[in-house]
Amino acid sequence: MDATTPTSVPATAPATVPALEAVGIGKRFGPVVANQGVDLRVERGEIHALLGENGAGKSTLVNILFGLYHADEGEVRVAGTPVQMDSPRDAIAHRIGMVHQHFQLVPVLTVAENIVLGDEPTHRRGLLDLDRAADEVVELATRYGLEVDPRATVEDLPVGMQQRVEILRALYRQADVLILDEPTAVLTPQETDQLLEVLRGLAADGVAIVFITHKLREVMALADRVTVMRGGRVVGTTAPSETDEAGLAEMMVGRSVVLRVAKTEARPTDAVLEVRDLHVHDSRGRPAVDGLSLEVRAGEILGIAGVEGNGQRELVEALTGLRHAHGGTVLLGGDDITNATPRTISERGVAHVPEDREKHGLVGPHSIADNLVLNRYFRSPYARRGIRHAAAVDEEARRLVADFDVRTASIASPARSLSGGNKQKVIAARELSQGARLLVAAQPTRGIDVGSIEFVHQQMVAQRDEGVAVLLVSAELDEILSLSDRIGVIFKGRLVAVADAGTLERTAIGRMMTGGADAD
Amino acid sequence: MSEPTNLLYRYRWWFFTALALVLFTLWTAEFQEAQTTAVLAATLRQSTPLVLGALCGILGERSGVINIGIEGQMLLSAFAGFLAASSSGDLLVGVATGVAVGMLMGAFLAFLSVSMQGDQIIAGTVLNISAMGITSFFFQQGRTLPSGKTSPIELGPLSDLPVLGRVFFSNRPLTYLTLLLVPVLWYGLFRTTWGLRTRAVGEHPSAAETVGVSVAGMRYLNLILGGGLAGLAGAYLSLESVGSFERLMTNGRGFVALAVMIFGRWNPVGAWGAALLFGYANAVQTQFQFRGWLTDDPQFVGMIPFVVTIVVVAGFVGRARPPAAIGQPYSRE
Repeated sequence: MDATTPTSVPATAPATVPALEAVGIGKRFGPVVANQGVDLRVERGEIHALLGENGAGKSTLVNILFGLYHADEGEVRVAGTPVQMDSPRDAIAHRIGMVHQHFQLVPVLTVAENIVLGDEPTHRRGLLDLDRAADEVVELATRYGLEVDPRATVEDLPVGMQQRVEILRALYRQADVLILDEPTAVLTPQETDQLLEVLRGLAADGVAIVFITHKLREVMALADRVTVMRGGRVVGTTAPSETDEAGLAEMMVGRSVVLRVAKTEARPTDAVLEVRDLHVHDSRGRPAVDGLSLEVRAGEILGIAGVEGNGQRELVEALTGLRHAHGGTVLLGGDDITNATPRTISERGVAHVPEDREKHGLVGPHSIADNLVLNRYFRSPYARRGIRHAAAVDEEARRLVADFDVRTASIASPARSLSGGNKQKVIAARELSQGARLLVAAQPTRGIDVGSIEFVHQQMVAQRDEGVAVLLVSAELDEILSLSDRIGVIFKGRLVAVADAGTLERTAIGRMMTGGADAD
Repeated sequence: MSEPTNLLYRYRWWFFTALALVLFTLWTAEFQEAQTTAVLAATLRQSTPLVLGALCGILGERSGVINIGIEGQMLLSAFAGFLAASSSGDLLVGVATGVAVGMLMGAFLAFLSVSMQGDQIIAGTVLNISAMGITSFFFQQGRTLPSGKTSPIELGPLSDLPVLGRVFFSNRPLTYLTLLLVPVLWYGLFRTTWGLRTRAVGEHPSAAETVGVSVAGMRYLNLILGGGLAGLAGAYLSLESVGSFERLMTNGRGFVALAVMIFGRWNPVGAWGAALLFGYANAVQTQFQFRGWLTDDPQFVGMIPFVVTIVVVAGFVGRARPPAAIGQPYSRE
């Protein structure tokens, strides 16, 4: 592969021919209509946001554009010419590159191996030239400001770095169109800013960028144009300059949405959770929480802001009994619950909305009803002397599904069949329905749709108003700022600052999150 | 990709074990040269079908398909190879037939597990049971090889070296071929585009698919190539080792080959070392019984290979990490 810049636009290129165009795309999965009559038009050098809630059909559309799914009807045109897309191989041949939501990288291979896979430089026929691969990766990385070590093994890299590898892989194949499926869902605010910068650079270079997201802020900050999808159809295409966040949210959800959480002044009373000098190790045995102390009072929300990987996960797991604390004490209403079992802690009134809802929040193959009583299935009336009472479980499940607006055809469906937002509602319903004193919520709105976010936020505020102590851990600074009564910033396993929400500026928190000057 | 020093360190226990065995052997060779030579030659003989079987397993699993049908592939190939050689009178025809039958069975396994998306364990079991049934049903007593089994090829002056000459340079053709295949496949897996794609498909098939590598294509290719290796192992048994076909003559070697593959951490060179260890333990045991040593308690001598297995598994191997995608049928939508 030569090192010229195929991504730059020839000066003579007519601006009227879109780089990529989808016309009347339709796609069904069995009875489910994922896409219907979808039109999308992406110009060269344009950053085109594809906005919609989870399940709106965005991912289906781009998977069709990338040849992973076959459209039932409609046509894909590249630079004005209709093309047949039967596999990613075809898409790559038409210079379409994709950065997948779940990274498509082989963890045990090196960065260079992953990037050249399928289009490898060789000495002779079939004999890999890994040195040349590494050189080409370094050259590409330098050209686009995406520095990465070509000989590092992918599984050792942080998430943001892995995403760079995915972008480089598309650029290595000389992509003219780059599709990114929810690229910021897994990134820290800093990594997100870096990514947006890179994308602007690529667009300036003439690359057409399709950017899938459900985060309105990113659309407003980045996109030249935005196409909004709902229920498998395109609602409309507009430009951020012609609308605002509320307008986009309304297009996306189909009704007006409350973006700021309405809440009154907190009336905190006694301390419910007291953590003193807590020490917790991470899975590799290194200190992750390093002498942390905090206090959460009844009737307040304490938000923990911080870049992921600064001990938040270990803190939450230690509080909920999922991880052994090596030192310090955890008091719940004055009682020592340090290193108690998860069930004891749950029984004492600690509700937990875990960070990884698939892994720690739900038993995917089990029914929604069973998942709704997961913290009390062993108690009367759900079971007597070890024999389960399905009728009681179903009755409770029906009540909770109605109360918490879980959208499902049946309470007997497996929990994994739910969308992300509905999974989170199931967890919230289970955890909040047995009279909690403390709610520990980790990344409670990660990867869920706007309607569900609104619901989860309202629930958390409602719990607070009922006198529950709420500990919110989130990598979304906006979420921390809009919900918290007090904010703590965690850095390297310690709280570097705790202050009332009104007294901290967004930028100051950002600096402290990365160990900046204010950290002292 | 590991640097050489890193490799030395990672496989230090293998090197220590190998060194200890070599020193022990040299020591015994001082006063028991005949026995030492016999044991080492037997080690190589015993290890050959295990190495080939393990290489078959490695190709399959590196591309993401568990092959527990190696036993069946070996057995049917041994049978078909013997039948072809005894009726044509040409050993080469026999070997080619054995390899072809192995490849056909590999293709059938690929059809069941890749195209039909069937359970890979069941698909492999199908191969084993059909091979047992077919070979037992068509088995004919009294068939012989008109040309006899393959004859040793002495590699000129090398074969005159003490001990080593008899062990390494006076072997029969398929043994040489196996010794050649080990480095060739190692190089193929870690230094060619075929190897990179094979490993990618076995670790993360959808990642390979998104860069235009055909998952089904790579799996078919590797299962067919691997089938050829298992076929070679079968041909080795009937045409080079024994010189005739006997009922169920593979005697579990296809399954031991899977253990060898895991011992060798899915690496051809590692599998070769592991197979040598198995072969060595077997050879020592045979030699003890042959010489009539320790015959008061023959059970203890018979235990040697198993004790070695346990010690190696428990002490030296550590945690082996299989390819991530093995056992899962892949489909795009």
